[in-house]
Amino acid sequence: MRAFSELYEELDTTTSTNLKVAAMVRYFNTATPADAAWAAYILSGRRLKRFIGQSLLWRWLIEVSDLPEWLVEESYSAVGDLAETVALLMEGNLAAAAVVPDLPLSTWIEARLLPLREVDDEQQRVAIIEWWRTLPYRECFILNKLLTGELRVGVSELLVTRALAEVLKLERNDVTRRIMGEWRPSAEFWENLRSSEASASDPSAPYPFFLASPLEADPATLGPTSDWLAEWKWDGIRSELIRREGKCFIWSRGEDLVTERFPEVVAAAAQLPDGVVLDGELVAWRDGAIQPFADLQQRIGRKKLSPAILKEVPVRFLAYDLLEQDYTDLRALPLRERRARLEALSANAPDSLGISSAITASSWEQLANLRTESRARAVEGLMLKSLDSPYGTGRQRGSWWKWKIDPYSFDGVMLYAQPGHGRRSNLYTDYTFGVWSNGELVPVAKAYSGLSNVEIADLDRWIRLHTTEKFGPVRQVEQTQVFELAYEGIAASSRHKSGIALRFPRIMRRRLDKPAGEADTLSDLQAVLAAHRGQTRHEDPAS
Amino acid sequence: MISAPEPLVVVTANGLYCPPGDFYVDPWQPVQTAVITHGHGDHLRHGSARYILARPGAGIARQRLGGDREVTPVDYGTRVQLGTTSVSLHPAGHILGSAQVRIEHEGRVWVVSGDYKRQPDPTCAAFEPVECDVFISEATFALPVYRFPETPRVVEEIHRWWMANRERGIASALFCYALGKSQRVLSELRAFTHEPVYVHGAVDSLTGVYRRAGVSMLPTLPVGTEKKTDFRGALILAPPSAAGTPWMRRFGDHATGFCSGWMRVRGDRRRRGYDRGFVISDHADWPALIETCTASRAKKILLTHGYSDALTRYFNERGVEASALQTSYGAED
Ligand SMILES: [Zn+2]
Ligand SMILES: [Zn+2]
Repeated sequence: MRAFSELYEELDTTTSTNLKVAAMVRYFNTATPADAAWAAYILSGRRLKRFIGQSLLWRWLIEVSDLPEWLVEESYSAVGDLAETVALLMEGNLAAAAVVPDLPLSTWIEARLLPLREVDDEQQRVAIIEWWRTLPYRECFILNKLLTGELRVGVSELLVTRALAEVLKLERNDVTRRIMGEWRPSAEFWENLRSSEASASDPSAPYPFFLASPLEADPATLGPTSDWLAEWKWDGIRSELIRREGKCFIWSRGEDLVTERFPEVVAAAAQLPDGVVLDGELVAWRDGAIQPFADLQQRIGRKKLSPAILKEVPVRFLAYDLLEQDYTDLRALPLRERRARLEALSANAPDSLGISSAITASSWEQLANLRTESRARAVEGLMLKSLDSPYGTGRQRGSWWKWKIDPYSFDGVMLYAQPGHGRRSNLYTDYTFGVWSNGELVPVAKAYSGLSNVEIADLDRWIRLHTTEKFGPVRQVEQTQVFELAYEGIAASSRHKSGIALRFPRIMRRRLDKPAGEADTLSDLQAVLAAHRGQTRHEDPAS
Repeated sequence: MISAPEPLVVVTANGLYCPPGDFYVDPWQPVQTAVITHGHGDHLRHGSARYILARPGAGIARQRLGGDREVTPVDYGTRVQLGTTSVSLHPAGHILGSAQVRIEHEGRVWVVSGDYKRQPDPTCAAFEPVECDVFISEATFALPVYRFPETPRVVEEIHRWWMANRERGIASALFCYALGKSQRVLSELRAFTHEPVYVHGAVDSLTGVYRRAGVSMLPTLPVGTEKKTDFRGALILAPPSAAGTPWMRRFGDHATGFCSGWMRVRGDRRRRGYDRGFVISDHADWPALIETCTASRAKKILLTHGYSDALTRYFNERGVEASALQTSYGAED
């Protein structure tokens, strides 16, 4: 585990992507196949379910640290992370002579951690305390992160793919495809990755999604509109529909197989020829129009799909692109060619399988005007895709752009604050905001992003000095600080006291210039909700 | 009836005051007589009429105060009569010229530690344990998570980091407090290289003071004397206040590091946004605080700085009389 903990440290202490990739390459090249597989598993963001709860670790730490509990608590609040607190405190108890020989990462996980699931608390306690007493700081930290199921490493999937591609001497696309979905890390898995003709036979294997970048420049800089395909940016779930060997599979962007959730789409896909893969969006659809995302969410939230919910929230797959036909990978073809084939293929498709229609416009002005209708059409803006573009991997700037509408916004007053997670857990970073209703502030949004580190530190100080009451980790603060918050959508909600739910609320800026009395009111938000509802029910966005 | 003896040091609006000696220790307001533990900004402030301090620190004090104040240097261990007290200064191991203030009055002894550390430091005299009745100790890092590694090991890491950055063709900007930490790093780095290091103006002038006091350090070049210097592969020492300012632009692509005891905690390092944190502190860590307070054999411990409340409670629970003093010293390191 020493080499892995050093890799973790290297990744943690540089912002240079080249250095991160180089560090991973070095690790993969020297690790045993089983270690490399486990490292790939962890680095690509997969997580082992936690082995031990935080409260047990806490109890054992108090027991072995030889310190009063309040002092351990005090230490924890300065550090903000239990795994690190344990590692820091145990370092003092570490006899230099006690340092044990290093064991491989895979041995740690397979021979030590996984068996913990089979034994009782007492055996777990004895084992873990013994490890704490003998592991140096860095390894102790990694061990605790593994135990609590919280080991996150600061690398993007794209960087991991880059490193793996270099080590395995494969195309990046190929790597991405091979490490997608569920797999069990093992030496065999790593050897399979390395052997060039690996398990391409899995009929459910998806292609990695190609993602658009936000358009910040003037669209006129993109050249003539005739070089571009414009589509609505649908507000649903980005998905890949696979039809192979007589079966249908649906993958969502989060890389989950969600086939069972959408029986109507599966039934429609049965009409497709074999060896076809479509990229598209799953949307709630009724009477020829898209429905609010909240409806779709409601359906996804159901454990069982009753006939009633299927009827209430019908779902449609809107295809964007054709990635495979006759079992042939089409991704290198230009979009105009793929699009022509897609249109021919879906000409006679059933209702639940549509195509995301192309918007025809002769100028950027005309498109800009159409874009202003996005909200009324219940879409998020426009997508612009170069007709010459191949279907890439991940996010490569230049050929696919999302031209989103500006978000909604409102001014809210800070009501509560609580500490963040992980490395931010020693700072108050999660806030609840309210708006006025009958002379009272009612909570409407929780947000934790959008401020700079300096602003967060500043606000953290303010919160500690202006706390009016504490409820566990939550602090109620003086109702004086106004923030401008943006959000993507609004829906009625009976679960919220305010009666509304906001989608993706985030902080735009702190309004130090605004007194709390001038923050928005609940009726302001209700008006937005009413307008939103009215529009989406009656218009046909596909026209 | 026996009344408790008058305290030798009390907290006043101007700072720590010794009534029988009629002087202040590190006052935060201008006073008549100031006994100074060391030259850091929160301990040595402008405006007092007379400053008494340890001789090796006189150069620093003159540099910081300008020439118009009366600075009285005193050798370590030499007794000076102030009011009805006998006062002497003893090495604190914090920075060049740092001192503990020993106050003796009618057979009782109080010691004000100022800032101190117990780790070896080639730029200043080592901490000298002084027995006393009451010990006023700093408590900047008084939590058991603060345990500092041996400095040469950390300095070796700094050197390795510098060389790795050079290999990538970029500069290494290392942020250290301009007084003390910078010179300590420049001195410790001699074990690994003889190359010159670029320094920020604030570091440069104080490094000059250290050199005149006979401290050996790597050769230094002030940043900004030559136009168009190529900083690729260079090491630059600058105070933390320079981080993120336009002054940094001249170095082009560079990696950043920070030398501080606070870097012991990962969240602190990440929040401050440096690439690397190097755990080098000029303060005592948790074990050193406990050991030093205990070794003073004081019947009572008074605590200033940082986590003084935690250390106070810790001592009290162990049957050692301790309490925290409200002072306005900082938490810089
Ligand atoms: Zn100091
Ligand atoms: Zn201080």
